[in-house]
Amino acid sequence: MKPSRLAECGNWVLDRFPVTKFWNDHMAHYYAPKNFNIWYFFGSLALLVLVNQIITGILLTMNYKPDAKLAFDSVEYIMRDVPWGWLVRYMHSTGASAFFIVIYLHMFRALIYGSFKHPRELIWIFGMLLFVALMAEAFMGYLLPWGQMSFWGAQVIISLFSAIPVIGDDLSLWIRGDYVIADATLNRFFAFHVIAVPLVLVMLVFMHLVALHEVGSNNPDGIEIKASKDPWGHPVDGIPFHPYYTVKDLVGVGVFLLFFATVIFYMPEMGGYFLEHANFIPADPMKTPEHIAPVWYFTPFYSILRAIPDKFAGVIGMGGSIVVLFLIPWLDRCKVKSIRYRGGIFKKALFLFVISFLALGYLGTQPVTPVATTLARLFTTIYFGFFLLMPIYTRWEKTKPVPRRLTKLQSLEDQIHAIEEHLPAFIDEITEVKPVTAEIGHPAFKSTFFSRRPNPKGIAHVMSRIATKLKRSLD
Amino acid sequence: MKSIATVLLLLTLAFNVNASEEVELQEANIDLSNKESLQRGAQHFVTYCLGCHSAKHMRYLRFAMDAEVDKEKVLKEIAPEGASIYDQIHSAMNKHDAEKWFGVQPPDLSLIARSRGADWLYSYLKSYYIDPSRPFGVNNLVFQDTAMPNPLWKLQGEQHAEQRKTIYGEYTKLELDVPGSLSEAEFDLFVNDLVNFLVYVGEPVQLERERLGKYVLFFLLIFSVIAYLLKKEYWKDVD
Repeated sequence: MKPSRLAECGNWVLDRFPVTKFWNDHMAHYYAPKNFNIWYFFGSLALLVLVNQIITGILLTMNYKPDAKLAFDSVEYIMRDVPWGWLVRYMHSTGASAFFIVIYLHMFRALIYGSFKHPRELIWIFGMLLFVALMAEAFMGYLLPWGQMSFWGAQVIISLFSAIPVIGDDLSLWIRGDYVIADATLNRFFAFHVIAVPLVLVMLVFMHLVALHEVGSNNPDGIEIKASKDPWGHPVDGIPFHPYYTVKDLVGVGVFLLFFATVIFYMPEMGGYFLEHANFIPADPMKTPEHIAPVWYFTPFYSILRAIPDKFAGVIGMGGSIVVLFLIPWLDRCKVKSIRYRGGIFKKALFLFVISFLALGYLGTQPVTPVATTLARLFTTIYFGFFLLMPIYTRWEKTKPVPRRLTKLQSLEDQIHAIEEHLPAFIDEITEVKPVTAEIGHPAFKSTFFSRRPNPKGIAHVMSRIATKLKRSLD
Repeated sequence: MKSIATVLLLLTLAFNVNASEEVELQEANIDLSNKESLQRGAQHFVTYCLGCHSAKHMRYLRFAMDAEVDKEKVLKEIAPEGASIYDQIHSAMNKHDAEKWFGVQPPDLSLIARSRGADWLYSYLKSYYIDPSRPFGVNNLVFQDTAMPNPLWKLQGEQHAEQRKTIYGEYTKLELDVPGSLSEAEFDLFVNDLVNFLVYVGEPVQLERERLGKYVLFFLLIFSVIAYLLKKEYWKDVD
């Protein structure tokens, strides 16, 4: 049979451009472990948010004016007069916060399952570079609406550079292009935000993925699926990324977008966390707001900065809090990757780290008080302690035996089934039969609900069982 | 819908961090679907605020469309004489004069409800009291030493501040000395309409986005369910 005209055209391209090979290498024949859980959605979601930011960002630049006199008004023009401008703007502003939520969870996943360890150190390094680029992108983007918080937040952060000895003042002047944040700063930040940093981000995402697909994905069990292969050379515990994970990630996309759309349509300011109230006042160099707080995603690092008494030392501390993250592939000496088989000391340290990170984040949104400063210092110590003491406490960790193959996960249906099975016994335990005092007329009163009452002894038993289980999970 | 509203309310309460709150704010009753209230608020705004304050991001036409008022009616009853329906709500006050008279240029009020919040505005407009030490003879409980004179004194009357002591500590209470042309309930409604209008002006698309949100969420819900079923189908043979 003669191939159709269309097929001929297609073949002409395929002979010259390896689309099929690329698709197979990275999607259809890329084998990923079977047992990805909820933590593995955030990589694809980060890509989704990046695409969202790029598309909405392009649309915004069509009406935004990077000019100190016009910027604030042009944003309001987008919000009111540009058709669907409000939606595009809210998608972009909510996307910024969503990006950090997704990235923080993505990084946490790497932390608990040891995805940064040999042979994936470079993936982690590229990822950390992405995180730094993302922070730069968000910081510069936040200046563009030219509100009070945009202006004063940038003023505070850029003035940090002046704390560097000898070159500090000249350096901050060079960054701003003026003695205060001004039109020159706005224009250069616009250039960085819309083209320079996005290019870096896209490049790094590409390198992050190339590095990942070279060594293969880690998994919740933290074992190498390439170690056991079938006769055709495919990992027995792996499945092709497409279609299995493309359809699975689609579910993640749907659920994520449900949250995302709820924020966009019903709480775009997120109570002043995604869009700060003071940023609805145009930038005024003559009027300092009484309380300057960075956007929520910077607050843990901002807290560390404020916790350290000396300004220059604070800058070093804040920088250091990011730098230590780069180093964990070498700080963590434990050979076991997944938290499922790691020792209790790591679990406890990680628990303290999460608490301190969240607490630092909260404290960063609050005004400085003596109590808050003391707490911030305590949590800063824990933050650094988690990383810097890692070589010590991970070396002699008492790990559990790691399986050679992936462990089987209970499916959602099985879990629900198990709960259904255990429910009657559970109810029997936490309740007891009411002593019958009088004849009850209506048959509804004879049901379980009315004939039983809570049993304090049973509840205590259950509580103690849960507590023991919790304690054991930390060992 | 009601449960969504409750959840939202709880969330906004949970996230509502007001660092420098000393005076307890009174609650404004904001209902943007109340078109009569919006129309009255717009009238009040033009009569009592526009002399000094603009709302330059808002157009008369947009208001006419959103509040479902006839364009001619907006021009006749709301907009000042000579305004076009396509105009933004500009004030006629000269910038230099304003600085001479008040020391500062009165801010544009397009976004005041988004930066200050409805309850703050509502409480602020009701909390003026006589204070002879101030240039305009009035001070404000919510915003101490405000540069703005009380534009609504004829309606509200004159209040004075009184220190009260209780076992819990001291607090200031405002007492009405000279009644104004409106009763207390009428004045509350007046201020509420005005604040309602300002909340609308802060983000004219609010009602529209909440209306659209339902359809978007419904679509995404269906999408997620279908995606889940598709995933289950594909993963059937994976063990």
